[in-house]
Amino acid sequence: MKEIIWLGRGGQGAFTAAKLLGAAYTIDDDGKYALAFPSFGPERRGAPVRAFTKLDTKPVTDRSQTEKADYIVILDDTLYSPQLSELLRDGGQIIVNSKNDIEGARVFDAEGIATDFRLPTVNTVMFGLLIGLSGVVTQDNATEAIKGYMPKKIQERNIGALLRAVQEVAE
Amino acid sequence: MSKKFLSGNEAFAEGIRLARPQVISAYPITPQTIVVERLSEMVEDGSLSAEYVHVESEHSALSCAIGASAAGARAFTATSSQGLLYMAECLYYASGGRFPIVMMNADRSTALPWNIYGDQRDSLSQLDSGWIQSYAENAQEALDLALMSYRIAEDKRVSTPYMANLDGFVLTHTYETVDIPEREQADRFLPSYETDNRIDLENPKNMAFSAGPDTNYIFKYKEHEGILAASEVIKETEKDFAEIFGRKYSGLTENYRTEDADYIIVTLGSIAGLCRETADKLREQGVKAGVVRIRYMRPFPNEEIAEVLKNAKAFAVLEKDISFGNEGTVFTNVNSALKKAGVNVSGYNYIGGLGGRNISAGDIEKIYSDIAEGTDSVNFIGIGGTGNGK
Repeated sequence: MKEIIWLGRGGQGAFTAAKLLGAAYTIDDDGKYALAFPSFGPERRGAPVRAFTKLDTKPVTDRSQTEKADYIVILDDTLYSPQLSELLRDGGQIIVNSKNDIEGARVFDAEGIATDFRLPTVNTVMFGLLIGLSGVVTQDNATEAIKGYMPKKIQERNIGALLRAVQEVAE
Repeated sequence: MSKKFLSGNEAFAEGIRLARPQVISAYPITPQTIVVERLSEMVEDGSLSAEYVHVESEHSALSCAIGASAAGARAFTATSSQGLLYMAECLYYASGGRFPIVMMNADRSTALPWNIYGDQRDSLSQLDSGWIQSYAENAQEALDLALMSYRIAEDKRVSTPYMANLDGFVLTHTYETVDIPEREQADRFLPSYETDNRIDLENPKNMAFSAGPDTNYIFKYKEHEGILAASEVIKETEKDFAEIFGRKYSGLTENYRTEDADYIIVTLGSIAGLCRETADKLREQGVKAGVVRIRYMRPFPNEEIAEVLKNAKAFAVLEKDISFGNEGTVFTNVNSALKKAGVNVSGYNYIGGLGGRNISAGDIEKIYSDIAEGTDSVNFIGIGGTGNGK
């Protein structure tokens, strides 16, 4: 099983990214299973939010919060702390949206890409960075997930941002 | 059949759309809100032809559903926690009036301290209200139960309202892949609601009447018979369901690796998956671990529980409930089943997940190891035993 923890602030769309990843993973394969859920609680704009995606080739029945993740994706660098490495499996990676280098993490200026596509949030950019680095889903399936689960009028810009992010990592 | 990545609430709403209720009355409450929002959208976009009644409280939501059912309509409502408690008075009117209403309850903690997260204290407090009570584990089962619920509730042998319980957040807000049946399949499975238990100008009768001491308890006896009859009707319904939709269910309980199990956890709802994974892991280490998931608390699976536990060395009941001053209510019910069947196996009660607290794989492993050695009768996970009956 692959487990991904998403960290963001309320309104940044961390949970939407967690869902899109689960939908993309299962979208064209009946032999793949996913769970996606937020850290449950009242939704408050700006408050720290965690979300979880679990991916497997058998039904995922463990609904408890992830204790060891393969990837931790952080949408807001003020939420980064070195203690997060305790939540990582061996060989796991932390991916952060930041303009500054952070030791032990892969850092990208996701906001720059989001701005290019007139997006107020970096969630689909971070989704693209994750799949570019990990290959857990293909960019085609990620695109299909955006088409299936995001409002029509923002699909195109989000797909553009996602593909640019995948490219960013490939370069 | 189409596949979608949905939350438990959304999956349940899809099941209700396929069941074609004619009246929906609801008042929103976290974590139930999404199900009534989705149904409202379905009525708005015309994909569900129903009268959607916005009410000012849960008491009114169920009262309205009772009125609709008394007019012969298929009625739906949904609630959670304090909302369920607020409509408690009406629960008894629905069951006593034999109105086969379906209600989704998003299992959530009860105040105080105020808390919106999941546990099962709300619905378990209403076990005596005369409603059938199911507990789903995942979103697919939630959707399937939404469809099956009306078949079971409306069966003339049963005529009893049905409360479909979904663990708050852990099930209602968790997304997973769900197969949505075709409309044609659903219509073949679930005929429209026909009843004589309704207001009819051509055939006027007294409904929702009073009954004095000489006859009142006969109505209660009949009510009890109705809910007991649901055991058989559930099995028949699941058989038909499997033929049309290809998914099989196992009646009042679902057993996992129990045939030769020494140690069994009995539980309900969405924590069962983690229990099964833990049992698998322990089996690899040579511990014969098993899991019983109770799918229906009413009617209660007395015979099934006694049969599956009789050869075990010890069992634990893991539940998100406490009846203060005694023990968890599920534990009480399980012990009664064993006593009636003359089964004498050491049993222990584990209370966990109250107010939404996470139950980890480590917690469940510890239950299996504790019961192998013997422990307190009632234990709060992460806190300790209450010291009674060791």
